[in-house]
Order: sequence, then C-alpha cells, then structure tokens
Amino acid sequence: MMKIRKLFSVFIVLAFLSPVASHAAKSTEELPNIPWGFQKVFSTYDRPALQRGFQVYKEVCAGCHGLDKVAYRNLSGLGYNPDEIKAIAAEYTVIDGPNDEGEMFERAAVPADRFVSPFPNDNAARASNGGALPPDLSLIIKARTNGPNYLFGLLTGYAEEAPAGEELLDGQYWNKYFPGHKISMAPPLSDGLITYSDGTEATVEMATRDVVEFLAWASEPTMEARKQMGVKVLLFLFFLSVLLYIVKRRVWRDVH
Amino acid sequence: MSGNTEKGQFDNKVVSWVDERLPIFTMLSKEYGVFPTPKNFNYFWNFGAIAMAMLSIMILTGIFLAMNYTAHADEAFNSVERITRDVNYGWLLRYLHMNGASFFFIAVYIHIGRGLFYGSYKGPRELLWIFGVLIFLLMMGTAFMGYTLPWSQMSGWGATVITNLFSAIPIVGDSIHTLLIGGFTVDNPTLNRFFALHYLLPFVIVAVVFLHVWALHVTGSNNPLGIEPKSKKDTLPFHPYYTSKDVFGLSVFLLFYLWVVFFHPLALSHADHFKPFDSMVTPEHIVPEWYFLPFYAILKSFTADLVIPFTGIILVEAKLLGVLAMFGSIGLLFVLPWLDSSPVRSATFRPIYKICLFLLLISMLVLGYTGSQPAEGWVVVAAQITTAYYFIHFLVILPLLGKIERTKPLPKSINESVLAKKEGK
Ligand code: HEC
Ligand code: HEM
Repeated sequence: MMKIRKLFSVFIVLAFLSPVASHAAKSTEELPNIPWGFQKVFSTYDRPALQRGFQVYKEVCAGCHGLDKVAYRNLSGLGYNPDEIKAIAAEYTVIDGPNDEGEMFERAAVPADRFVSPFPNDNAARASNGGALPPDLSLIIKARTNGPNYLFGLLTGYAEEAPAGEELLDGQYWNKYFPGHKISMAPPLSDGLITYSDGTEATVEMATRDVVEFLAWASEPTMEARKQMGVKVLLFLFFLSVLLYIVKRRVWRDVH
Repeated sequence: MSGNTEKGQFDNKVVSWVDERLPIFTMLSKEYGVFPTPKNFNYFWNFGAIAMAMLSIMILTGIFLAMNYTAHADEAFNSVERITRDVNYGWLLRYLHMNGASFFFIAVYIHIGRGLFYGSYKGPRELLWIFGVLIFLLMMGTAFMGYTLPWSQMSGWGATVITNLFSAIPIVGDSIHTLLIGGFTVDNPTLNRFFALHYLLPFVIVAVVFLHVWALHVTGSNNPLGIEPKSKKDTLPFHPYYTSKDVFGLSVFLLFYLWVVFFHPLALSHADHFKPFDSMVTPEHIVPEWYFLPFYAILKSFTADLVIPFTGIILVEAKLLGVLAMFGSIGLLFVLPWLDSSPVRSATFRPIYKICLFLLLISMLVLGYTGSQPAEGWVVVAAQITTAYYFIHFLVILPLLGKIERTKPLPKSINESVLAKKEGK
C-alpha cells in the first residue's frame, strides 16, 4: 500500500505542477472570482440563463461580433424546440447560390446554417468600428486565460474616464481588465438595456453573467455530454480497478 | 497454455496447425507466458506496459481524428473545431488525443526515472536503453509536430520558434530551416509536411518499441535490487503474475488520465491555443507544452556568447550554445551507460548517487517551472544553476562517483531479499 501511495504522489506532482506554472496570471488587475455553476465538476449549464444570455448576445453583441462556429440547430442545447429554432433562423438572411441561372441569391437562414456574422469580412468590421476588429465570440471563453471571469471583468470593468495622465483617443474607453486598458469597444451594456422575456431584471451584472454563460456554452456545447459520459466511465473504471486489484492479490497470494 | 515452450504442443487444433507453420503461439507463450521475470518488481515496473497502452491509444484516436481533419492553413483550425462540435464523439477523440500525449509523457518520464534510479541502463542493457532514448526523441518530434496541426496561435508560433533554432547552426542552418518549414516562413507547406510526418513517426516509434522489447527479452528485466536473477526461485512466469499486475496498474493509470479527459480536458492547455494562427500577431508569451519545458529552459539559459577573453571574438553565439545544450542534454542520455562508472545498478545501495539523483529531479522540476516563465531576473539565474547541475551530474558526478562511493552490501539473491523482507514484517 505504501508503494502505491508513493507512486500516486509522484504522479500528482508531475501532472499538476506544470499547468499551475504556465497559467500564472499576466494581468496586473486581479480578476473577479465568480463561482460559475458550469465550472463545477458535475454541473450542467443553467437553461434559463443560457436563453437570457442568448437574448443579450442577439440583441446587443451580435451587432458587432459574429459567432460563426455555432449553427442555429445547436440552439436545441438551450432548450428551444425545432419550431422556435426555425423561427429564430428565419430572422436572418444568408447569401446562397449560384442558382440554375448562375446568380447568387438571398434566402432566409435555416437551422443548418451557422450564425450569420454582422459584417461580410474583417475589413468591413474594422471600418465600422474605428479600425478595431470585434473578434468572433465562438471560442472567446477558451481563448482568454480564466475566460469566464475575464469576460465578466471586461464587461463590468469600464471606468467613467481614464486616470489622470492617460490620453484616450476618440472611440477609446478605459477598461480595468483589458490588456493595455484602452479598448475600442464602448460599454455594450447598461441597466435595463434589455427587457428579458422571462421577466428577470436585466441589470448590467445579470446580463453579463447570462451572456458569459451563453458564450461558455458556445465555446463548448458538448460539455454536458462529456461530463455525463465521464461519470459512467470513471465509475466503471473504478470498480474494474478494484476487481483487478482483488484478482492480482489472489494470483500473488502464494508468492507474498 | 502457459506451460508450453516446445513447438506444437497446443490442445486447440487450429492453434497447432498455425503454430507448426508459423510458431507465433510458441513465441507468445515464450515471451509473454512463461517468460521468467524477477519476482520483486515494484509498481514502477508498470510504466513500460502503460507507455505501450498510451502509444496504442494515441495511434487509434489519431487515425480517427485524421479522417476528419483538413491539413490546410485556411481550414485546419476550423476543421478541428468542427471535429469537437459536429463529429460524433469528436470531442472525445480530440480530448483523448490531446491529453493522451501528456499522459504518454508522464508514463515515459516515470519509466525513464525508474531506469535512472535502478540503473537499468547498465550492461548488458545498454542497447535496450539506447532504443528507449530513441523512442523518447521520436516522441518529442511527434508531439511537437502534432501540436502545430490545429494551426492555432500557439501552434504556429511554437513551430516558428522551434524551427528557427535550426538556423543557428553555422553554414547549413538556413538551408535546414528552409527544408523543415518548406519556405521562408511557417505557412501551409509547413503544416502539410508536419501532418505527413506526424502520421508517420508514431509507426516508426512502434518499430523501435519492437526492438526495445526484443532487446529486453534477450537480457531480461532489471529489478529494484539491480542484481541478476540466479535461480528459478528468483523469478516468476510473466503470466499470470505480471499480466495481472500490469492490467491493474494500467486501470489505475487510466483512471487518472480519463479523469482529466472528462473533467479537466483543458487543464494542460493554453488560451492562445484557441486563437487561429496569425503570422502578423505575436503572442505575448510563447511557451511549449509542459513536457518540453525543462529542455526549453536549458535552451533559454544561455544568455551570453562564448568569446575568446580580451579579444571580443565570438566563438559560439549564445543562441547556438543554447541549441547545442538542449540537444546535448538528451544526447547525453545515449552515452549514459558509459558515463556511469559504478558497477552497482540500484540506487538503493548507492547512498550518494541517490542524493545526486534527487537533486537531478529537483533540477528538472525547477527547469520545468523556469521554462514556463518569461526569461528575466531570478528565473534566468535559477535556470542557469539547474542547467549547470544537469550537465555536472552526467559529465562529472557519474564518472567519478563510481570510483569513490562506498556502496552498501548487495543481497545474495533476489529470493533471499524477498524472504528477509517478509520476515521483517
Ligand atoms: C458597437 C460594437 C460592439 C458591440 C455591440 C459589442 N462589442 Fe465587443 N468589441 C467591439 C470591438 C470594436 C472590439 C475590439 C476592441 C479592441 O480591440 O480594442 C470588441 C472586443 C470584445 C472582446 C475582446 C476583448 C479582448 O480581450 O480582446 C470581447 C470579449 C467582447 N468584445 C465581448 C462583447 C460582448 C459580450 C458584447 C455584448 C454584450 C459586445 N462585445 C458588444 C465592438 C463591440
Ligand atoms: C514509447 C515509449 C516506450 C514504450 C512503449 C516502452 C515499453 C517498454 C516495456 C513494455 C518494457 C518492459 C516493462 C517494463 O520494464 O516496464 C520496457 C522496458 C525498458 N524501457 Fe521502455 N518503453 C518506452 C520508452 C522508453 C524510454 C524513453 C526509455 C529510456 C530512455 C526506456 C527504457 C527502458 C529500459 C531501460 C527498460 C528495461 C527496464 C528494466 O527491466 O529495468 N523505455 N519498455
């Protein structure tokens, strides 16, 4: 038993020393530390929060940010039924073709289409945003260290004006958490900007929490399937290990 | 069937028929049935079999990933995302493969550490050891090229930094660099050749593992006492004793591995690995995967050129020194059997060697940490001290220590030691 325990400790040291080392924080500002439900080991996404977060994305962020890795059909993961999804998709137009005459044409989006981006290309997006590119948000949670907390900080961390001695260019805003602090995104949210269809009060904090939950889902829609399978696999493997240990003991009985 | 070593003594007619024509069952029974194995292995001897299982998992998941992957600079990042989102169980394939590389390295590092501690590299197992180091090198190459395939910021910039090292080589450096990346910058040709090689190298590893295990079955295994088995009393048939132990060990290892795969699949990855590669935007901090960090730190710890004193003539540039040291640190392992002058294998009986080896472990951990940090201030100094120790350990301590160390008396036989331990309980 001692040996096994020794072995395990070697293991844990090796496996967990490195990520701690490489994930050392780089921002000067301490990020908020919110106990996100979906980050708990066995937890799922919160469906009502996902739907509210989708509403925030759709009514606010989608004006500037695409979500091009997510398809409308994926919205079933938020709890929408096929008819609702069809209706949501139909609000957008996509360019399709060429048709039999060789012409490109516009049609309403269908559930199989990916989210329609607000701008046809990066240059158009830059042109409308004073030269700054609003990144696609499909993977934003994974593409930032401590993604959910960073996003929460970013969206709630605007200051009224820059600290003394700092110059902001036209169209720049002071943000506590953005690297370099000068961000070209105006504070996108304000209290009561959104009227939630489920009646929840849309404070900035609430809307931010919801949109972060939604974007976490968008970056990994398969999280729930993963955790569900994980529980089964690990339980199975645990009992298998116990059985194999008993077998090993019996085989070795005459040697020990 | 485990009692058979003579040809053709199998109860099953089909088995006999095949065996008379191609004695594959005889071979299996000899090498994995009755194969005499020291009876005193501890659990560190599980990691060879575990490494073998990880290699199989990597090849299997890799082939299925390749079925859905597009090796083109414009498509690679999206195709990997599509695998995790739209391919059935694609997320599982990717997470198994991604974390599988880490756990493969964990297993192999423990496996190598076992060899260092118990002196498994010493005669007559030198060639067995050399095949092992070769496997390790091939694994590093494979993992490095695999990491470029998702074509993320870390992929592209990691490839840029590492391939750039080769241009430090005098005269031929630039040509090697161009050949490696298929042009002057890391671009689509780089991705295509890395994909081809990433698919090829694991099968080369399989071939070297075959040689490695073949050599093992000629010399037989070492053991925690480091003395050769003398009689039948010292060994056990591989089956059922070590098959049952290996399977149990593997199961526990998989428990750790799959825990990470299912519940912390991104614990070992970096945010910049989820941004598509952009050759115009350099990430703030380019770091390799954790299993390369100690060697990366050795590379970075050479901060000054080698000059002829008082003349200012540069003999070797710092960058080249770093590159030489990094490859040298692994190259040393190839000649380790001839560096260590002690006739005693196991560190159990070598009190001073044990301490030196412990310092080497600490050095590797410190190097691993410093490798992950920006090279400034005390980090550089710590990396330099531990790099120095790494080379002193292999080049100075090991050749001398064997001559001066008072080793503890070796037991007469494996069996005697096992019995003595049992009575002590
Ligand atoms: C009016 C257009 C606009 C709207 C609306 C908008 N953004 Fe942005 N966003 C931008 C621009 C422009 C940038 C790039 C800023 C820069 O690089 O300085 C940006 C950057 C970002 C970033 C990246 C910050 C980083 O670390 O690089 C995130 C995350 C983000 N926005 C989230 C959101 C969310 C969530 C919403 C909806 C609540 C939203 N944005 C609404 C224009 C917008
Ligand atoms: C793909 C990676 C590898 C695989 C699949 C592998 C497989 C194995 C297996 C199955 C054994 C027998 C069981 C055991 O003793 O644990 C073994 C033994 C051994 N391996 Fe490896 N190995 C790998 C890498 C390495 C490396 C990188 C080294 C050293 C640099 C190494 C050094 C040795 C030595 C010295 C032995 C004999 C050990 C002894 O009996 O004490 N192996 N290997």
